[in-house]
Amino acid sequence: MKQQTFEKNHCATWELLETEFGESTPKSKNEDKPQFDKSRFAPLYRETCHHLAQAKHRSYSPHLVDRLNRLVLVMHNTLYSNNSRFRYQGLRFLIQDFPQALYDNRRYIGISAALFLLPGLFMFIACLTNDSMIYTMMEPVQVRQFEAMYDPANSALGRERQSDTDLAMFGYYIQNNIGISFRTFASGIAFGLGSIFFMVFNGLNIGAVFGHITRIGFEETFYPFVVGHGSFELTAIVFSGAAGLKMGFTLLAPGSYRRLTALRLAANDAIRIIYGSTLMLLIAAFLEAFWSSSSTLPVAVKYGVGALLWVLVLGWCTLAARKVGRRRLGS
Amino acid sequence: MAVPHQQIDTTWKVETPEGIDLHAEVAGPVPRALAYITDLLIRGVIMLVLAIALGLLGYAGQGILMICAFLLEWFYPVVFEVFRQGQTPGKRQYGIAVVNDDLTPVMPGTSFIRNLLRTADFLPFFYMAGLVSMLTTKQFRRLGDLAAGTLVIHVPPKQDTEQLPKVCPTAPTIPLNSNDQTAIIDFTRRHEQLSTPRQQELANILEPLLKDKDENAVTKLRSLGVWLLGGSGK
Repeated sequence: MKQQTFEKNHCATWELLETEFGESTPKSKNEDKPQFDKSRFAPLYRETCHHLAQAKHRSYSPHLVDRLNRLVLVMHNTLYSNNSRFRYQGLRFLIQDFPQALYDNRRYIGISAALFLLPGLFMFIACLTNDSMIYTMMEPVQVRQFEAMYDPANSALGRERQSDTDLAMFGYYIQNNIGISFRTFASGIAFGLGSIFFMVFNGLNIGAVFGHITRIGFEETFYPFVVGHGSFELTAIVFSGAAGLKMGFTLLAPGSYRRLTALRLAANDAIRIIYGSTLMLLIAAFLEAFWSSSSTLPVAVKYGVGALLWVLVLGWCTLAARKVGRRRLGS
Repeated sequence: MAVPHQQIDTTWKVETPEGIDLHAEVAGPVPRALAYITDLLIRGVIMLVLAIALGLLGYAGQGILMICAFLLEWFYPVVFEVFRQGQTPGKRQYGIAVVNDDLTPVMPGTSFIRNLLRTADFLPFFYMAGLVSMLTTKQFRRLGDLAAGTLVIHVPPKQDTEQLPKVCPTAPTIPLNSNDQTAIIDFTRRHEQLSTPRQQELANILEPLLKDKDENAVTKLRSLGVWLLGGSGK
């Protein structure tokens, strides 16, 4: 078949498709342009693929091949665009997908928690028993700053501030804490080393602060402050670390996949944890800025709510995850 | 296993389930770095404007500013890549776009992964890890691309609006293979760059075929070229 005949036969179809998929603007603006019937998409797509193959095989002009190639590409993208935009929405994510991700990665969460808690415990005891241990972790200026923050002589908690700075602190916690969480995850691609570093470092740091504050006797201001948001914040950091570790360990031991394929699958799985931990850190930042810092609430209320939040977070993570896991084993 | 005819090229081919090969040109470190710098500047300007505007609001403004800084740092690329066909403003400027490695549009999840992993690519300083990764992988992928399964490709320019010679398109009378066609098309496209004597000299090579010389041969060849380029004779 000559190219002209070929073009003449199929030109109408191509033009229809090009108008429909935004490849070209219609030449005339008449209203009676043929309406595109969506149910015909698949047959039309197959037909266009066929035309492209024919055009290539018969070495029709590069221009025509180019045009068809472009058309096929747009239609291909329309057909195969994977619309996961709404997959992680609202409740379904909270009660199904996130616990599922936690259950799938419970091994990594265990390792991550150990990497965080053991150095933390070590440093806590070290700082509790030794006055100068804190200076192995921090500059004297920093130590003086946080000592001043939790000094019971202060009326404001957390940072020295008025109540109108709550919003400023909210912004600070979001930028700082979620940034740390993202970095903990991302650096895990270095065979897990980055995540391990961040988890151990954070553990040592937080352990040191806890130990030092307890040693100098500021606990009645410090613990009510941290107990509320700690439930969300510390758990979320452990989860981020687990997500990073998963990526790194998968690179080391890819199992039955090629290393790159394994990495991609692991990253896609781990990102579910990151969605959840980001949400948790948002809640933590909100609590830390607007609840924990309040100095008017009685200490007992703060401890009570704090304990409740801990039970809620840990209970939800374990119970929901276990339920999801069991359901999957059963099916 | 030796792969025959492995080209040293930046073309990335994907075979679709319909048995069609899709092609794309993978973008290298240079346009990507330029696009990144452009985006960095845009982000810088936005931050500056916000800082001035929110500075008037005191502490509360500071909080909002930090939230904005956080969003700009982590989600600026994600939002553009998901809602603007894989193109941040900088990438649009340099004609590149992010796609999945099967050339489908990038998904929110994958875009998020590749942009979170910027942190890892940045190490130890100014994207060294990313650069090394780009230079050692076949499709110039940085670590984020490897983990997310994405590519950065050159977006083919929209239908070219170049000036073609104003001649009446004529269909060839004999079958031309693709090399012949390419040669004639290139000849036609460069009608403004080549001097007239040179064009005539080239056209005269085909004298036995075109049965014409000099100016007429050039015109005939051009009308062939315009036809091959899909000219409509206007």
